[in-house]
Amino acid sequence: MVTLTINGKLVQAEEGEMLLAVIERQNIDIPSTCNHKAVEPYGACRLCTVEITHPKWPGWKKHVTSCLYPVEEGLVVSTHAPEVIELRKTLLDLMLARSPKAKLVQDMAAEYGVTRTSYEEVPDGNDCILCGLCVRVCDQMGFHAISAVGRGHGKEIAPPLDEPPPDCVGCLACAQICPTNFIKYTDAGNKRTIWGKEFELIACERTGQPTITKEFAEYLSKHRDIPEEYFKRNDLTHRRELAATMGKISQWQREEEE
Amino acid sequence: MTIQNLQQLKDLQKKVTTEKKKFHKKVIVCCGTGCLANGAKAILDEFKSVLSKKKIRNFAVEAVTETGCHGFCEQGPLVAIEPEGTFYTKVKPKDVADIIEESIRGDKVIERLLYTNPATTEKTESYRNIPFFSHQQRIALRNVGNIAAHDIKEYIAVGGYQALYKALTKMTPDEIIEEITKSGLRGRGGGGFPAGRKWRTCADVESDVRYVICNADEGDPGAFMDRSIMEGDPHGVLEGMMIAAFAVGAHMGYIYVREEYPLAVRNIKAAIEQCEEFGLMGDDILGTGFSFHIRIARGAGAFVCGESSALMKSVAGEIGEPRAKYVRSVVKGLYDKPTVLNNVETFINVPLIIGKGSKWFAAIGTPKSTGTKVFSLVGKVRNTGLIEVPMGTTVREIIYDIGGGILDDRPFKAVQTGGPSGGCLPESKLDLPVDFDSLTEAGSMMGSGGMIVMDDKTCMVDVAKYFLSFLVDESCGKCVPCREGLYQLHKLVVKVSEGRGEEGDLEKMEKLSKSIVMGSLCGLGTSGPNPLLSTIRYFRDEYLEHIRDKKCRAGVCRELITYRVNEKCTGCLACISACAYHAITGKKKEVHVIDQDKCTKCGACVAVCKQDAIDVF
Repeated sequence: MVTLTINGKLVQAEEGEMLLAVIERQNIDIPSTCNHKAVEPYGACRLCTVEITHPKWPGWKKHVTSCLYPVEEGLVVSTHAPEVIELRKTLLDLMLARSPKAKLVQDMAAEYGVTRTSYEEVPDGNDCILCGLCVRVCDQMGFHAISAVGRGHGKEIAPPLDEPPPDCVGCLACAQICPTNFIKYTDAGNKRTIWGKEFELIACERTGQPTITKEFAEYLSKHRDIPEEYFKRNDLTHRRELAATMGKISQWQREEEE
Repeated sequence: MTIQNLQQLKDLQKKVTTEKKKFHKKVIVCCGTGCLANGAKAILDEFKSVLSKKKIRNFAVEAVTETGCHGFCEQGPLVAIEPEGTFYTKVKPKDVADIIEESIRGDKVIERLLYTNPATTEKTESYRNIPFFSHQQRIALRNVGNIAAHDIKEYIAVGGYQALYKALTKMTPDEIIEEITKSGLRGRGGGGFPAGRKWRTCADVESDVRYVICNADEGDPGAFMDRSIMEGDPHGVLEGMMIAAFAVGAHMGYIYVREEYPLAVRNIKAAIEQCEEFGLMGDDILGTGFSFHIRIARGAGAFVCGESSALMKSVAGEIGEPRAKYVRSVVKGLYDKPTVLNNVETFINVPLIIGKGSKWFAAIGTPKSTGTKVFSLVGKVRNTGLIEVPMGTTVREIIYDIGGGILDDRPFKAVQTGGPSGGCLPESKLDLPVDFDSLTEAGSMMGSGGMIVMDDKTCMVDVAKYFLSFLVDESCGKCVPCREGLYQLHKLVVKVSEGRGEEGDLEKMEKLSKSIVMGSLCGLGTSGPNPLLSTIRYFRDEYLEHIRDKKCRAGVCRELITYRVNEKCTGCLACISACAYHAITGKKKEVHVIDQDKCTKCGACVAVCKQDAIDVF
């Protein structure tokens, strides 16, 4: 166990834990867009920057992104130091110039008193804040279907060569993790379209409702040891079957008791 | 052949030097990239073809050496004749026959090919007396321009690989690290981190595998120090890396070099192959049991890949994006293993330190910045090129003694050091000693050694604009402050340069810069606002002039300047035909007039006017 001070309060943390997790456990609200428990920390948005000092080194002060900074014994953390607040304001101001319509950015900025960007709006701006969550979750799933393309201000998230990505299985992890709902997909009947690629959805044998894509089912049965049969029923059917089984079990138990 | 011990190494050295002594003269044809672009290859071929037909006593084609860059690219193609040091500039293939006849067979000097000092119009025979060379101290560049890069025997002839032998057989890894630490060698890539301390940390981390990487991803505009070293002395770099590898216990090394440096890649590749052939690299080096392999990793030219963590990702085949270095790469670097990453110029100093001792090295330069530094001196200076001076040499000495002063005797305005992450120093800093700490204190930095000299025709707002636009493109785009912040900073500078600046813009830029410095993930972002901040610091008036008076005193920012014909005009019509927009009217022998509505301020008229009759204000 490690003991550190956060905003004047002594706090315990596990060795190797990142500062942000400990801060969030204290119910201290600091903004962050690129951090998610499903993926490794990345440190792109810099919003979770905090100020750290240490009694052992008087005069030493550093600003670090808490999502990436491992806890240290005796560390003194200030999550709302004036310089840090100033930085967050500037960052949100900059993000607002790029993604003025993204609700997440609007809300976070408003909390820091920024309602309109003080910078020139980016002409080709959109809701993508380049947090990289989609790419990382796709990598984590094992597909590596999309990636960051280009660099600098022209960077964007895209499949290879802007063509329907051959490695995509239509699992929707990217769309679901996207904090600004920028990644769009359509489900129509038994067809799903994402990143310009079309998928056929497996229909539930019982209800006819779509479950997951054929490609995703194949992948899961191959790599995660789940029988392909499993995906021929949707969640509701699975639950019903489970309930029916449970009912049967309790029926037997009752019969045995009698 | 495989070299097994020092005796064999020395025997080979002796054999090669004796072979060379057969010739009474040695001809050096500079085949650095600059001279090659100017046609050095044709000169080399001409030497070969003339000498194949002609017999000269005590001389043969083998005495013509194709070397790396001499640094004086502006005067190229260069040919030097040793031992006299006769130095011919701007040589053409048709001069070769004369050179052979007059200066090789005979002992005469060809007057027309000599270097003319632009200040005194005097001609100099030996390069040793040319100020550009005589004020230099070449340590890192010791072999560049002296030996043939593609031949390992030439390197061995000048004592090459003896330091490696000494390190492997007479020293322990700890002693090597101690020696490097005592020499005070600091990283030449920009940061100036003590190399000895880096090696110590790496050696102390517990790990089964360690790596040594040579950073040859030189990306600063106008810089070609590392390029010249790799092209001209690849074995020196390899020897330095091998010593480092032995010291930290690494068995695998990488050289991360830009694909844009084809000659460097070729020479390094050839050097590695030759080393392996001679038993100087690979398994059981020099019979000592130590194994080390080097692979070349070629970069696609992203500036950010010069940053250590981005570079390591790129070597590993991932996207070159930096990561947070709360755990340093020397502890957890390439493939998460402890990694020593040093720059080309750092490694090339290593064999000398081991060979001649740390005391010798530490005596050069200043106490805190020891040794020498290679700079690429460019811009509005008479002699441009690659130079090497001891640390602590003043900016004035570099620009005026070596560089020969400002072009056309215009007034000096500023010198930009450290590349896009560096800053501009004004006239008041001319006597600043050039070392790591002094430059950082003055708001600039050493960087990898770019030095761009500017005269009064250079607009400082424009300079800041240029470097910011470079960084906006080269930012990897991962973190918000660098990607969005530098973009907006560039927009603000453009606004000022176009005369749309308002009161408060300077303060806004300074505030934004502070956030970028504080918030960015890697060195590219944290040093990104430097060009802007240093120009604001030293040339605030010029910014205010752009904002308040809508004036650009250097006559650069198009939106703020006007071209006008003055009374010196003789009515020669030259500018009229030069103007692509038909903005100039006038008759022969009458003063011409520029139509301001049509004028695009391209400067074509000024370029053709011989009477200095067009004012820009």
